[in-house]
Amino acid sequence: MKNEYFISDFCHMTAEEVSVNGAVILKNETADFDAFLKKIYQLQNLKYSKFFKMDALSKLTFLGAELLLKKESSSLKNIQDTALVFSNKSSSLETDRKHQKSIQSNTDFYPSPAVFVYTLPNIGMGEVAIRHQLQTENAFFVFEQFEAEFLQKYTVSLLQEKKCHHVLCGWTEVDGATRHGFFYLVTQKGNIPHTKQNIQNLYTQR
Amino acid sequence: MEALKQELKESILEALNLEEFTVADINDTDPLFGDGLGLDSIDALELIVLLDKDYGIKLTDPEESKSIFKSVEVLASYVEANRKK
Repeated sequence: MKNEYFISDFCHMTAEEVSVNGAVILKNETADFDAFLKKIYQLQNLKYSKFFKMDALSKLTFLGAELLLKKESSSLKNIQDTALVFSNKSSSLETDRKHQKSIQSNTDFYPSPAVFVYTLPNIGMGEVAIRHQLQTENAFFVFEQFEAEFLQKYTVSLLQEKKCHHVLCGWTEVDGATRHGFFYLVTQKGNIPHTKQNIQNLYTQR
Repeated sequence: MEALKQELKESILEALNLEEFTVADINDTDPLFGDGLGLDSIDALELIVLLDKDYGIKLTDPEESKSIFKSVEVLASYVEANRKK
């Protein structure tokens, strides 16, 4: 069967560096991941004060989407018709723990509403949808590991059923020492055919 | 009262992660919601927690909260009159 869809752009974001289409755009010179995310935000000349209220998972999601959607916003038609398909292994566990810690003590019981808001992994996608005015399909899956085959099939079904024009896929894993965002945009133009093998190759290419 | 206003401004910036503002950006009479700092409903909840944690003030009436959070000046007067710690 002829492959109708392509990966037009991809991005990796780790605690060490951020790259777009294989080219490193910023290296982290500190040990602080949150400070690194702030640097990426500043590098993009963003003015979106809500960014600073997000947890690390949402910041990672927001910045990955920003890098790819902004890059393609002038060349792709119907960019606002982009569906979001994200996944990870640890859901929002890191923020869940932070919230749980704040409600541990009966005498020092001050749960933060702002922290509680982020105790769902799909909240980051909501931030992306608001920012880019996407009123499209979105789904967040929690897998034991990165599932290229599932993502490929799910993405193709969205496109073939004309639920959207493009699909932004992401793997956003934030827990403990692991900080990894992998994002790729599936469209009808590009150089990399949207196949399971290519998705898997790009995922491991960090 | 001036010290309390300063303290509240610093606490608001920290509690609400308003990294793009400084204390100098907040005038005493600026509206905290809407045009001023652009706070939202989650920020309002965060401010209610802040008043409880730092000053022992428990706000339960949403209408009352609305008027108390009008500006730093109004908030400081309320804290001064009602604080338990």
